[in-house]
Amino acid sequence: MKLHSTLTAVAAAGAMALMMSTAASAVTLQMHNGGDPGSLDPHKVSGDWENRVVGDYIEGLVTEDTKADAIPGQAESWDISEDGTVYTFHLRDGIKWTDGTPVTADDFVFAFQRLMNPATASEYAYLQYPIKNAEAINSGEITDFSQLGVKAIDDKTVEITLEAATPYFLQALTHYTAYPVPKHLVEEYGDAWTNIDHIVANGPFKITEWLPGSYVHSVKNEDYYDAANVKIDEVYYHVLEDQAAALNRYRAGEFDILTDFPADQYQWIQDNLPGQAHVEPFLGVYYYVLNQEKPPLDNPSIREALSISVLRDVIGPDILGTGELPAYGWVPEGTANYEGETYLPEWSKLPYEERVAKAKELMAAAGYTPENPLTLQLRYNTNDNHQRIAVAIAAMWEPIGVKVELFNAETAVHYDALRAGDFNVGRAGWLLDYSDAANTLDLLKTGTQQGETMNWGNNYGRYSNPEFDKLMTDAAVELDLTKRAGLLHQAEKLAMDEFAAIPIYWYVSKNVVSPKITGFEDNAKDIHRTRWLTKAE
Amino acid sequence: MLGYALRRVLSAIPIALIAVTVCFFILRLAPGGPFDGERALPPTVLANLRAHYNLDQPLINQYFIYIWRLLHGDLGPSMVIDGFNVSQLIRIGFPFTLTMALTAFVIATSIGLLAGMLAAVNQNKWPDYVLVLAVMLGVVVPNFLMAALLQLWFGVYLRWLPAGGWVNGSIWHLVLPVTVLAWPHAARISRLMRGSMIEVLGTNYVRTAKSKGLGQRLVLARHAIKPALLPVVSYLGPGLSYLLTGSLAVEQIFGLPGIGKYFVTAALNRDYGIVLGTTILYMFIILALNLLVDLLYAWLDPKVRYR
Repeated sequence: MKLHSTLTAVAAAGAMALMMSTAASAVTLQMHNGGDPGSLDPHKVSGDWENRVVGDYIEGLVTEDTKADAIPGQAESWDISEDGTVYTFHLRDGIKWTDGTPVTADDFVFAFQRLMNPATASEYAYLQYPIKNAEAINSGEITDFSQLGVKAIDDKTVEITLEAATPYFLQALTHYTAYPVPKHLVEEYGDAWTNIDHIVANGPFKITEWLPGSYVHSVKNEDYYDAANVKIDEVYYHVLEDQAAALNRYRAGEFDILTDFPADQYQWIQDNLPGQAHVEPFLGVYYYVLNQEKPPLDNPSIREALSISVLRDVIGPDILGTGELPAYGWVPEGTANYEGETYLPEWSKLPYEERVAKAKELMAAAGYTPENPLTLQLRYNTNDNHQRIAVAIAAMWEPIGVKVELFNAETAVHYDALRAGDFNVGRAGWLLDYSDAANTLDLLKTGTQQGETMNWGNNYGRYSNPEFDKLMTDAAVELDLTKRAGLLHQAEKLAMDEFAAIPIYWYVSKNVVSPKITGFEDNAKDIHRTRWLTKAE
Repeated sequence: MLGYALRRVLSAIPIALIAVTVCFFILRLAPGGPFDGERALPPTVLANLRAHYNLDQPLINQYFIYIWRLLHGDLGPSMVIDGFNVSQLIRIGFPFTLTMALTAFVIATSIGLLAGMLAAVNQNKWPDYVLVLAVMLGVVVPNFLMAALLQLWFGVYLRWLPAGGWVNGSIWHLVLPVTVLAWPHAARISRLMRGSMIEVLGTNYVRTAKSKGLGQRLVLARHAIKPALLPVVSYLGPGLSYLLTGSLAVEQIFGLPGIGKYFVTAALNRDYGIVLGTTILYMFIILALNLLVDLLYAWLDPKVRYR
């Protein structure tokens, strides 16, 4: 008995020592991830912090490389029909979910049907509306899901038919809305398939733990087809929205990658952590919307005066401190399928004093002077940076005869007011879902009539020009990418020449990356999949 | 006493129902909804979401659906954190918040009482001055600033303690958050205890006890501590409620998995389910603590009688 106890104790100690040595040799990535994920289900998520987790454990037909460009994922290759409307994907051999079930074409068909099922209530389902009948199914017009343009030709072949040729479709497939879900588990557990007891993966990592408010933990998936090249053994995606606290924890060595930081700490980081801050152009535009439904902002001259008197050069470097580039156009530089010259109006090259003088003239012609100012309410959602910018722009508008009343509200209230048209000038921003000029230009399309009401979608300023709408419609069906880019350039010029809104700056991504990490490449989508990273201990 | 306690428990039921009703309708009257984010959702998607959460039904129907679910112990779904329902989030987060708050409560109460007594018996001497300074720091410095400073000193510069997080959580992860929570609480208790004790030490019966030749320790133990505790006891209930509900900034800054931050985040996101669920939880805690304090008060002060 005594010997047995001793042997048991020795065996236990040995096992513990082995576990500890394994743990010690494991390469663990500590990733700061901002907000708490709302879900791990690719059909239920909507934020970049969720994308980091979901994109590491599920892989679509195509996936992203280090530059966030589309590369083969679960599909090793694909064919595109000559008219650009039919995509045929060929799945890799041996791909499987972590419970051993093969990943088949049926999982993709099932996933797209689930995405479009109104009962799933997926927020971003509309990103896959280019697929044939997708919108009609999502809106409940078609109830037969087999009408969706996604078919399994056999276990290893997926065919997707589009409504019309869509040049950015491969880009759209990198989005999590196009990820497969395990049909066998969803049928068994419903939405609870992502519970930690049931969840499986087909990507480079698999989720093992989720502690709301603190972290999500995943470990390397040894069954992943490219597992041999995945150098990180486990990842902790930490929940921490307080940016100052996150920077402290990075400095304490508790985080390897910081995915955001307080803008006013940028200089400090540059001075004290040289080379670790990655502030790079990001596909997104920060802008002010002008309510063109009501006078006087329906007057293009007043919109022009407001726009040209904004000194954008000081916003990024001085007011925010992170060097965001001034924006004069609507499509961020570096956007795919948009070759050609960036829109830059003539007035942007004039000395600022001349611009102010011209703005004064325009305002005076409309009857407004500093003595008889135009009073405008400027709405923004609660945030130090939005406030700083609003205060600065209010000061820029004062000399031209505009008196600004600042009004801040929490995000839900702010956007509710913008959608209801209850504002004069409002702050907004747009980060591109996929790299294509139409993704931002669509914001300026005329709304659609629905019964008694007009649905303006994200076009808060209610800008409307039939010529602009026609150019966008023509571009949507144009197969020749050069011609399509030309149409989109014309649309952008038209809207910006009419001062449809006031673009202020192009967003930047703000990461801080430990020198221990290699493989982190800056890219305009700010997507950095863990499979490409390496950490030196 | 038992009858009194029962009556108090029964009277809490209508109070709870009124509070839930008021909270439900005030939340729905607030502008903005759970799906009013930066991006407008297509009408079809919005309609799907509203139908999914019964938001397409008349408000009064929604209210009765909520009450019906509540009576069956179901706090409903979260509209923003889709991976969990409200009951699950509370089950995960509340034990953590409770552990942190109770630890801070015990430490703060012990330190606060001792420091208050020490300051009272050493009135206008150096221990009293040190205490006044500590109290000032505890009350004046807001907890988010204190959290950031402690994180910086002990986590970043000295690296003695974890700067945050709960990965493989050990007791060391709790030291800084509990300190931040406990300090202002200990400061308030010590201030109350000091004032109360000075007052008691000046009463006739204490002077009489001293004149009979009783030593200071015996005077304190037999005659001064119990009556001096009365104002402190009145504070303990609200104090513990404050620790439970006021852990928001601490949980946020240290990245801890408590329930506190869900309340505020949910209120901003108009996540009706979580706001109502946490409100109900905190309401019951406050009602229970108030009852407990009243009973304790009666035990300490025989002059208090309940019919």
